Parts: sequence; C-alpha cells; structure tokens
Amino acid sequence: MTLTRRQALGLSAGAAAFLAFGTKAGLAASDATEAAIKAFTGGAMPGSGKVSLDTPEIAENGNTVPVGVSVDSPMTADNYVVAVMILADGNPNPAVATFNFSTMSGSAEAKTRIRLAKTQNVIAVAKMSDGSTYMDTKEVKVTIGGCGG
Amino acid sequence: MAAPKPRVKVPKKASKGEVITIKTLISHPMESGQRKDKEGNLIPRQIINKFTCEFNGQTVFSCDMDPAVSANPYMEFSAKVEESGTFKFTWVDDDGSVYETENEIAVS
Amino acid sequence: MIKMRTLTAVMSGLLAATAATAVLAGGPVDEALIIDGETEITTRTAAPEGHPFDELISGWHYRTDETRALQADSFQNPGMLYVERGEEIWNTADGAAGKSCADCHGDASESMKGVGAAYPKWDAASNRPVNIELQIDACRKNNMQAEPYKFDAADQKALTTYIRHQSQGMPVGIDLSQGEMQSWWDNGKDLYYTRTGQLNLSCANCHEENNGNYIRADHLSQGNVNGFPTYRLKQSEMVSLHNRFRGCIRDTRAEFPAAFSDELMALEVYVTWRGTGLAVETPAVRQ
Repeated sequence: MTLTRRQALGLSAGAAAFLAFGTKAGLAASDATEAAIKAFTGGAMPGSGKVSLDTPEIAENGNTVPVGVSVDSPMTADNYVVAVMILADGNPNPAVATFNFSTMSGSAEAKTRIRLAKTQNVIAVAKMSDGSTYMDTKEVKVTIGGCGG
Repeated sequence: MAAPKPRVKVPKKASKGEVITIKTLISHPMESGQRKDKEGNLIPRQIINKFTCEFNGQTVFSCDMDPAVSANPYMEFSAKVEESGTFKFTWVDDDGSVYETENEIAVS
Repeated sequence: MIKMRTLTAVMSGLLAATAATAVLAGGPVDEALIIDGETEITTRTAAPEGHPFDELISGWHYRTDETRALQADSFQNPGMLYVERGEEIWNTADGAAGKSCADCHGDASESMKGVGAAYPKWDAASNRPVNIELQIDACRKNNMQAEPYKFDAADQKALTTYIRHQSQGMPVGIDLSQGEMQSWWDNGKDLYYTRTGQLNLSCANCHEENNGNYIRADHLSQGNVNGFPTYRLKQSEMVSLHNRFRGCIRDTRAEFPAAFSDELMALEVYVTWRGTGLAVETPAVRQ
C-alpha cells in the first residue's frame, strides 16, 4: 500500500488523537449528549464505576442492537438506583430510553433493543437514590450491508 | 394494521423474596418521525413512549422510550416478589392508545 | 467541542478498520441451534446428490452471536409476534363463504405439520408449482370466496409464517417427480447461474462461489431459504422469500421479476431444493 503525504498526515493525526483521547472516549460527547447528561444529573458530570453497559462490539444492523445495563446496588430503601438513561451519541437525537427502577426491582438490570444510525458511542448514566451519578460508555460498530447498503 | 399485541414472560411461581426476570415484547413499528415516504414526505412519528410494570398496584419498573428504541420494543428487567399477586403491564402509544396485559404469580 | 468531535470520528475510523480485519477471519460458526434449550434444529446436513456443495449450512451460522441468540429464544424472537398474529388469522372467518382456515383445516399444529417443509409443490389446476402464499390465495378464492392477498400484505406474511412455523424442525424436502416440477427446477437452475444487472452478478457468484466471504461488511451465506419468511433486522419486519429474491436481484442493479412470476417460482423450486435436508427454521432471524 502506498500512502500520499496527505493520507499519511491524516493517519498520524488520527493515531495521535487516539492516544490522547483513547482512555477518555466518554468525554468526547456531542453538545446534545452533554446537555442530556447534565439535564439528567442536575448539572454534574457523572463519575465512573458502578454502572456497566453491555453492547455488542459489532452490530449486524443498526436497526436492532441489543443493549443491557446493570448497576451495582443493594436496591434497599436507603440505597437504590433511581434510573438509568441510555444515550446514543451519534444519532440525530441522542435520547434512547430511560429505565426507572424501584426498591421492588430487586436488581438494577434491564435490557432492550435500540437503533443506531452509524458506528458510535452508547452511553449509560445511572442516578442513585443519594443523588450521585455514574456513567459507562461503549463503542458499537454498525456495519453496512452488501450491494444494497 | 392489526392492533399491537403484547407478549409477556413471567414465572408462574416463585419463592418469597426471589428476584425474578420478566421479559416483554409488543408488536409496534415505532415510527421514528425521521423516515420519508415514497413521495419524500416525512412520515409522522408514532411510537410507544412509555412502558410500566406494576405489581399489586405499585410501580416496579418503567421505561420512557424515544424513537431510537427498535420496532417491536423488547424490555427485560427484574422484580423482587414478597407475596402472590398480579403483574400489570401497560404500554402507552403516541396516539393515546393504551395496551395492557396482566399475569398472576404464586409466591410461597 | 467541534474539534473533539472530529477527533472522535477519526478515532472511530481507526477502530472500525481494526474490527473489520478481525471480522474478516470468520467463516460459518461451529455451534448448534437449540431453540429454548430444547429443540435442536438441523442447520448442517449432507447435500443431496447432484448438489455443488458437500455440506449444506443454514444462514444462521453466518450471523453474529447476538442475532443467533435472538433466534434461539422463542420469546425474544420478534418473528414469533407474526406467528401469533397468523394464528389469529387462521381462526378468523373471512370472505363471502364466512369460513376461516380452521373451519376446513382444524388445528394447524396437526393439519399443517410438514406442509411448509414440502412446498413449493405441483398444482395440477394451475399447471405450475405453487408456494404457500399461492396456496393460501387459492383457498381464499375457491373456498372462502375472499380476495387474494396483495403481495406482502401484512396478513399474507403473518399467515404464511404461521403455516410454515408448524413445520419448524422438519427437514426441507420437495417432490420433483410431480407434474412438470423437474422442468421448473431446470429453469430455476438456469436463472441461478445467470448474471444480471449492472453489477453482472448471478446468485451463484455470491452464494455458491463466495459464501463465507464478505461483500462489504455483509457475511455471505449459502443463500438457503429454510428460514423464510424470516425476521430481518434491517426491515424490522417479516420478509417473504419473493421479497428477498427481488431485493437481491435489485441489488445487482437489474430489473426484477414480479412476485410469484414464472421466473421467481422456478427460482423458488430450485433454491428450496438446494436446502434439502436442512430443517425449517421459520421464523428465522437474519441481519
């Protein structure tokens, strides 16, 4: 493979970006996503940990992508998960769904299927009964079909 | 189109204090409001925007849905059961329609 | 903020490139399809005599973990919503005769068991092969005095899915000795190997010569039809066999024949035969 100078520059800039932001992918969210997160948390940026998002690494079709969330919580009256919001950072509108839990939920886990317009980050933000918030981010690659697209 | 049809999977029995898994599915196109018809006109949004699961009248779990939830929305979640009773599942459509179904569980 | 977004895009580009390399290594997965942990479905079998392959492999093996899991759970499989809708139609009277399917055929789990595995079959009355959709239409016209369904009407897809589902797990096997089935098979074979469209592709170019390879990011299968009607994630809907035939031909940038035309019925006879011995999966789940 031969690279033009422009391509080579582009690649190295990409690699540099990867090195600089690779560990903080969740922070590179769009304005709309950031606004949705802040509206949900009451202005704070969520911490990491507690919430874990389960998504496929590669989705065969963006119309039906299984996602699951689980939050580490005893789910007792004085310590439970109030809600988990799911966002898709690369969709025309990042809002996807919000799961609202209760102490009768027993465990803070839920699964659904979502639409992703393209390869992008999916974000889960958990809000606990003490007001603290946590976030997890996973990238899902959305493949493009055969000749039909 | 045939009326949306809910499907629900709840165990018939459980022991007291057990955390059970509930699965629900409903037939619905979840029209996103982003698609265009053959003439290029935007097809208006029509989705199920809210799902609720109650047990003996108390809300266990609910979900607010946006158009990014897939067609035929699937929901899986858990519930801790302390007594026998009835689960009631409700889906609310953008057009105001409400689809409901109920399941009994025996807890011992 | 804008700068960050651009960098994110570059980053995901790099990751996608890495992922594509990883994916390209995969052929059909070596796993068993067991629905609800109970019913094992034959998804690999020895090919019949005269077949270009030694082993027939269901399209299920070419899909991702998540798509395969959807089909293996009869609750999560969205195609089952259409099976349930089909059951309603089966039991509902329609047409001037005021009859339902059930009035003549009773319990579909008995009367329709095996039927979907043996279609298309020769129909002496129309002097051509019929598939399930055409058989339903004949019943509607002659016995129910109802209008035939429009191609791909929601009820046609649901009822076809319900009827074919009654043969789930049974091996596909059509009778080529009836009527002129063999000459329709011959015509279907000719079509299968004929290149069409601006892309100049035949069915065989993708599904015989390149199954297991990728066409862009799409993992090509052997093109077996034992799972139809199938729930496709792309449409989020049941997709009929003739819809898929037309879609494939359209994608070669060719004019495509009408549903149930002589061309597509011949193709259905031939392609169904190519999956002889694979179990009916309806409703399968595909990408």
